[in-house]
Amino acid sequence: MVAQDAHAHAGPQGFIRKYVFSLDHKVIGLQYYFLALAAVFVGMFLSLLMRIHMIWPTAILPLVGEIRPETYLQLLTMHGTIMVFFVLTTAPQSGFGNYFLPIQIGAPDMAFPVLNMLSFWTTFVAFVVMLAAFFAVGGAPLHGWTGYAPLSALTNSGPGEQLGADLWITSIAIFCIASLMGALNFITTVLDLRAKGMTMMRMPLTCWAWLITAILGLLAFGVLLSAGILLLLDRNLGTSFYVPLVVVNGQVMGHKGGSPLLWQHLFWFFGHPEVYIAILPGMGVASQLLSTFARKPIFGYKAMVYAIMAIGILGFVVWGHHMFMSGMSPYSAFAFSIMTMAIGVPSAIKTFNWLGTLYKAKIRFQTPMLYAIGFVSLFVSGGLSGPFLAQPVLDIPLHDTAFVVGHFHLIMGVAAIFGMFAGTYYWFPKMFGRMMNESLGRIHFVFTLIGTYCIFMPMHYLGMAGQPRRYSQFTEVAYLQHLMPLNRFITYAAFVTIAAQVIFVINLFWSMFKGPKASDNPWESTTLEWTTATPPPHDNFAGHTPVVYHGPYEYSVPGAAKDYVMQTDPAGVTAH
Amino acid sequence: MATLSPTIRVQQTDQGGGGTAPPIPGGGGDGGRGDGYPDHGQRLRRLRLALAIGLTSVTMIFISLTSAYIVRRGLPTFDDHTGTYIQDWIPVQLPLALLLINTALLAASSLTAELARRQIIRQAALAPVRSIPGVSLGRESGFPWLALTVVLGFGFLTGQWLAWRELADRGFYLATSASSSFVYLLTAVHGVHLIGGILVLLYAAVVSLLHRPVEGRRIVVDVTAWYWHFMFGLWLGIFALLWFVR
Amino acid sequence: MGLALLVIIWLITFFSTYFFVAQTWWLPHGAAKAAEFIDHQFALTYVLMGIVFVAAQGALGWLAWKYRDDGSSRKVEYSHGNTKLELIWTTLTAVLFVGLNLMGSHVWASERFEPAAAGSVPVEVTGMQFAWYFRYPGPDGKYGRTEAKLMDPSAGNDAAIGLDTTDPAAKDDVVTGTMYPPVKREVDITLRAVDVIHSFFVPSFRFKQDAVPGLAIHMHFTPTEIGEYEIPCAELCGLGHYKMHGMLHVVSQEDFDKWLAAREAEKQ
Repeated sequence: MVAQDAHAHAGPQGFIRKYVFSLDHKVIGLQYYFLALAAVFVGMFLSLLMRIHMIWPTAILPLVGEIRPETYLQLLTMHGTIMVFFVLTTAPQSGFGNYFLPIQIGAPDMAFPVLNMLSFWTTFVAFVVMLAAFFAVGGAPLHGWTGYAPLSALTNSGPGEQLGADLWITSIAIFCIASLMGALNFITTVLDLRAKGMTMMRMPLTCWAWLITAILGLLAFGVLLSAGILLLLDRNLGTSFYVPLVVVNGQVMGHKGGSPLLWQHLFWFFGHPEVYIAILPGMGVASQLLSTFARKPIFGYKAMVYAIMAIGILGFVVWGHHMFMSGMSPYSAFAFSIMTMAIGVPSAIKTFNWLGTLYKAKIRFQTPMLYAIGFVSLFVSGGLSGPFLAQPVLDIPLHDTAFVVGHFHLIMGVAAIFGMFAGTYYWFPKMFGRMMNESLGRIHFVFTLIGTYCIFMPMHYLGMAGQPRRYSQFTEVAYLQHLMPLNRFITYAAFVTIAAQVIFVINLFWSMFKGPKASDNPWESTTLEWTTATPPPHDNFAGHTPVVYHGPYEYSVPGAAKDYVMQTDPAGVTAH
Repeated sequence: MATLSPTIRVQQTDQGGGGTAPPIPGGGGDGGRGDGYPDHGQRLRRLRLALAIGLTSVTMIFISLTSAYIVRRGLPTFDDHTGTYIQDWIPVQLPLALLLINTALLAASSLTAELARRQIIRQAALAPVRSIPGVSLGRESGFPWLALTVVLGFGFLTGQWLAWRELADRGFYLATSASSSFVYLLTAVHGVHLIGGILVLLYAAVVSLLHRPVEGRRIVVDVTAWYWHFMFGLWLGIFALLWFVR
Repeated sequence: MGLALLVIIWLITFFSTYFFVAQTWWLPHGAAKAAEFIDHQFALTYVLMGIVFVAAQGALGWLAWKYRDDGSSRKVEYSHGNTKLELIWTTLTAVLFVGLNLMGSHVWASERFEPAAAGSVPVEVTGMQFAWYFRYPGPDGKYGRTEAKLMDPSAGNDAAIGLDTTDPAAKDDVVTGTMYPPVKREVDITLRAVDVIHSFFVPSFRFKQDAVPGLAIHMHFTPTEIGEYEIPCAELCGLGHYKMHGMLHVVSQEDFDKWLAAREAEKQ
């Protein structure tokens, strides 16, 4: 057995096996992370072009050229798709989850390392196919990230709806398969690979978030996959799943009897859980960090776990709130609306518990904590516009306006990104063995927090005033003219905020090579990843098997020598 | 343990999230040592768990397709001509006899897969005995149930192909009507899943030819057999849907 | 840093709330019957959410500053939470959210469950890339037949929606690019789309409904003020989405009758 173990712990040699087709969950986690980092910059660049076009519709940009209305819609589609799939789904779950889930539960790797590698490379292929859509004849599709049929199901409904749209759907289908493989791996790992003593109720909240997210992914991505297959058939083989008899620009298409609403039902059945796939890992990270840096146990651990579960379950019965104006039965709107309001309750529990964790604490304001607090602030701001949109009557004026754009960007865009930033600053020492620069981190935080609020809060005002979303320019509608100053303000804020991200990139890469060396547990955290070496060895615990004695957040335990008790500390006897 | 009595007490409230307790043996998959060299019982358990999880997502794919089927079937569409809603669902004339034969083939293959599974469990159980020198337990391998399963599986797929040909002869192509689109789609997606199962069975057969340890093969055959049973159940569901909810 | 956080979070809260309270940018002036109810519900939700917003952000900033690690020997309260507080909080939120929802539901019911009252003005609204067409059935009260193969968007009006002129019911149908509803009368609209999904959005009427190909959706609203209102398309419909823009001229009953008679006369 000893000989076998030694064999199992030997890391792979050679660059390809070690860094490219690695089976090590830590390397795969970093691969996901850097894929998402590349994707987020692509997505951010697209959004910048969009903001410029909204304000200066006729501007001709160096390198990019003229942005025309259809170009704007293509940018919008790709921005949404890339951000949702390759950033919000990829980094928090597949990136951080891959790296830290096995370590936090005391496992040497994921349950199925080969499957893990396959799911990363499948995601990578999906990303390449997605980017290829830009270079297809006619360009990228213009149907928005929601791809509503028939716009997305007809090849002549607009520029980019030929090969570009096919590539877009194919990429998403590939991504679904990758996510299903990932979800399978995550769930099995949590259920089967926990270390001795790591009961479910002793798992860090990050692990709970990753587990529930994986379950959501497992149930949701299959539906999107089948929806995508139907869409491909409609587009290429003349079936009529989504397309009724339509006439595009005088040309009668061959379809008959299909239902555009069918796509919306299938898409949002995936799409709403997807929102939680993006935000739950952020909630997990925020919980972990608030407790760690407040030096206080998390307020209501069990309530937090049940809240995550409740959000996960309710997330599957609220998809119809995206469809109040779609022609769906107005009666079902009632049910969806009540369910949606109900989902506010576990969300409110989480907020309350985060605040409760800070009460009578002793908060250390290092950069990860700033982002965790920023997350809570954004989660509150983004969350509170939810009850407006969840009421069908209020959705009448607000649906498909900039209000919605502001709402979901704050909550699933920026809040989730803040979760990622928090995770990056927190786990960077463990991942790269060096500390990030605190001053740069703080400057980055202040600019990003204020900047994102300046971008997305005004969108609520725009939406109330009736500015529809997905308008490339506002020249054609008279009542939108008086909103132009606000739109200009948003664009300027976007310039500043995007520029501030350079600080992050510099900090990230500079610290990777030049930052001060990190100790094994620089934040004095309690969870298992901080018990092992920095960076962790190939099998995470160097042949030693961790045994867990405590819940994850034992800070400031009265009578203990230090203000934290590691999960692996045998009943805290080191206090002698 | 008495000498190591804890000097501090971690509060155990309702909200405690763990608190202090001695490690619970087996509480959290104890000894799960990753992909390294876990014992075979554990590997089997883990793969069965993964199979159950994986089949959940397969189920979701079919739930979404069948609910789309049922919704689409009951859905009226607005007709320009009359200015009213009309039903345009045309029931497909399924080649019932052929499909019944296919069902029988798949049922038989499910049975042989189960026999293969039990056979290899026996072999695995007897493997330690066999390794004792001088102990003879007769022939090494029994009836080729696994190979028969593969053959029957191919038989089913061929039968499905013939059913498609039959449908086309009756004038039902993929895009002819919503109903025929769904018939092709559901059978095709099911067929793709079966092909996946056949590939794994072929892999198990190849592995057995290479005389790999019987425990490893046992895991592959066991998990694939359960997958195969699931695919049979799924086919019954699809067939029932297509026939009774025409 | 605790103080800095307090200042930043409170400033963000102040400015966000200020522009809501000052109503610098607000819902456009309501000019239909539903606006009053919807605006009331909006204001109610807005006040309640505003209180929660200010309270939560205020508390977050205050806690961050008050409980910062100031290097003193102050003890951290070792607590895993308080189940009673959790339950109170959960119940309060549930009551607030669900109650709010139920309060607004009757407006939704009267808008969407009941058909238009007798004596309302029927108008068929057809969306296509990238224009709205409005059809009045004429004296016979019946919409004539339309045919997909007759649709010719470049010809506009009658031809654009594919009106079959051989149908007797189509003879007196009036098709226009601008909608003229009479004031203070219910308008019974039938929403259709010929190519992709569009959305009929009249901000001043607090009215929005998608027009979906393959469906004919019945809706109704009652304009209360004479004036000109814009109809921006509110569902992404292709490259010209931003300029898919219709006009709605609410006129007096006499002007409406005169206008319709003139259109009918043109047809003959």
